[in-house]
Amino acid sequence: MKKTVCLLLTLALLLPVLAMADEVVNVFNWEDYIDESMLALFEEETGIKVNYMRFTDNEEMVISVESNPGAFDVVFPSEYMVERLMNKGLLSEINYDNIPNFKNIRDDLLNPAYDANNAHSVPYMWGTLGILYNKNLVDEADVHTWNVLWNEKYAGQILMMDSLRDTMAVALLLTTGDKSSVNSTDFTQLSAAAELLKQQKSAGLVKAYGLDEFKDKMVAGEGALAMVYSGDAEYAIELNEDLAYVVPDEGSNIWVDCAVIPASARNKENAEKFIDFLCRADVAAANVEEIGYCSPNKAAIELLGEDYQESSVMNPSDEVIARCEYYHDLDETWLNIYTTLYSEVLSTKVN
Amino acid sequence: MINNLQLPPWALWAMVLALIVFIAMVVISVRRNHGIKRSLFASPYILWMFIFTLLPCVLIAYYAFTDVNGHFTLDNFSSFWDSNYIMRENLRSVAGDEMAATVARGSVNVDTLVYSLWMALLCTVVSLILGYPAALFMADRKMKLGPTLVVLFIIPMWMNFLLRTIAWMSLLEDNGLINAFLERIGVGKVQLMYNQQAVLLGMVYNFLPFMVFPIYTSLSKMDPKLAEAAQDLGCNDMLTLLKVTMPLSLPGVISGITMVFMPSVTTFFIPRVLGGGNTRMFGDLIESTFKTAGNWNLGSALSLIMMVLILISLSILRKADPNGEGGGIV
Repeated sequence: MKKTVCLLLTLALLLPVLAMADEVVNVFNWEDYIDESMLALFEEETGIKVNYMRFTDNEEMVISVESNPGAFDVVFPSEYMVERLMNKGLLSEINYDNIPNFKNIRDDLLNPAYDANNAHSVPYMWGTLGILYNKNLVDEADVHTWNVLWNEKYAGQILMMDSLRDTMAVALLLTTGDKSSVNSTDFTQLSAAAELLKQQKSAGLVKAYGLDEFKDKMVAGEGALAMVYSGDAEYAIELNEDLAYVVPDEGSNIWVDCAVIPASARNKENAEKFIDFLCRADVAAANVEEIGYCSPNKAAIELLGEDYQESSVMNPSDEVIARCEYYHDLDETWLNIYTTLYSEVLSTKVN
Repeated sequence: MINNLQLPPWALWAMVLALIVFIAMVVISVRRNHGIKRSLFASPYILWMFIFTLLPCVLIAYYAFTDVNGHFTLDNFSSFWDSNYIMRENLRSVAGDEMAATVARGSVNVDTLVYSLWMALLCTVVSLILGYPAALFMADRKMKLGPTLVVLFIIPMWMNFLLRTIAWMSLLEDNGLINAFLERIGVGKVQLMYNQQAVLLGMVYNFLPFMVFPIYTSLSKMDPKLAEAAQDLGCNDMLTLLKVTMPLSLPGVISGITMVFMPSVTTFFIPRVLGGGNTRMFGDLIESTFKTAGNWNLGSALSLIMMVLILISLSILRKADPNGEGGGIV
């Protein structure tokens, strides 16, 4: 008797799940990368239940998507990962008839190199790589070029980013003068770039190599110059007015986190509704205010007011975007060559 | 690429096998003794050890001697000796023999290991010089302050070492407490962070208790009558210390050296936080081989080499303390 009751109760609990089976959307996004009250708003407006799941890095996300087909309807990879997922045939094409708000996305981010005509991806948040500097310690005439990180004047005050692709990109831009070299697969170029980084380190120009902690170090005045992402620059500038951010003339990296629909998605239409919802001006603006990253959404920037529109960090000009380059996904062979060269840089001792 | 690496298929079977063997052992033991024997209470730990100590070691050895596809290879050890080994092979496939020939032997892995051993040695020597007098002081029965000192040594260990290391940052920074003080008294700012001394400081700070406590234990176990006897026989304080106390505390010293040297060689995180990438140690290299380079096989080979080196140094130390009197760690 007891058993029967238990069984019935369990079934009763399952009922609402079954009843709503076709009215869900399974979203897989970065940790802290949305204003979560927007999820409730979406549920209220559409009656579609959002199952919201989180990840912390691209690689981990790909493993989940590959090993759980059908588990996710909307996923948010970075641009090079969009490329890898696309090449593996894991993404489905987006039907833009269902995403009228796509018109809000700024034109210079459309039809990107990683995904022709945005067939598979809708930009969600984006940013650049650049230099965060302290106006009291650095002559502003010097910072228009990456070369400032090799300037003897600032020896011992330079904070370098410990990030394989980004750090190599800076040296590649300097040695080749060509923005497309951030994806170089020319060994002569790569070893020259690594040599430049080794020389910078052994000459004692670099104060330290690190990552996230540098935005706080810059706020505390612990360095004159630091390589940072634009999102971190915005955070630091808000806390310390002496700081400024620049994307140097030689060019830089531009990154875009996108919304995509896996080929295995079970609720493709709901996924498109959700992506359309994210592209709506008020929703995109709310997300920017919550997480503090740059939005690719023109209408949202309009809503966010003058301060935001005039910020060269949060809303870079078309000219800045034009000199930036996307990273392409490297194959295993080249990734190993990059890693080996970079490892030598990290092991270089100060003379 | 890297992320497709998974445990070898037999890892799960090994765990299942371990469980079966374990259950069999329990059953046999109960039957033989017609009831539960006392040693049976150790069995949960034996199971734990098998799954979380022995099996991971086997896995490390497995990865170290195989390539990505699970075939036997010694390439990972060639890569240890010549850090450019894999890169040269890769270049051969994408840029031809000529380009590959321009790549000389890379010494990153060997150099980093040598540097780590050197730093560990420095850390051990400094800890011993600081730790022995402290232990002597703490163990002295005439000192009222001794027990208080013991507590003071233990208190910082209630906090995780990562937090303690980060706390050092706010002391050593350019605008940190120490520099603020130096500036106030007119000395001016000194660059304290991001160099070898800062890393050494962090290591000594974190590992010093592991030197002090074994020595303290062996000193306080010592019969005070022995020192008194030496003095009755005409030794002065200095000679008593050199000829009686020190030799008797040797097992503690050896245990302390082991307990400081081992974690010192494998140090990571401290060099990154206090050395800012200017002092890369072997632990950091292994971490980045796994995480950034995604090369589990090479990472395992590096770990294996380090484990063997530690085993060798342990067996040398074991010769000096054959009865394991200093806590039996060795």
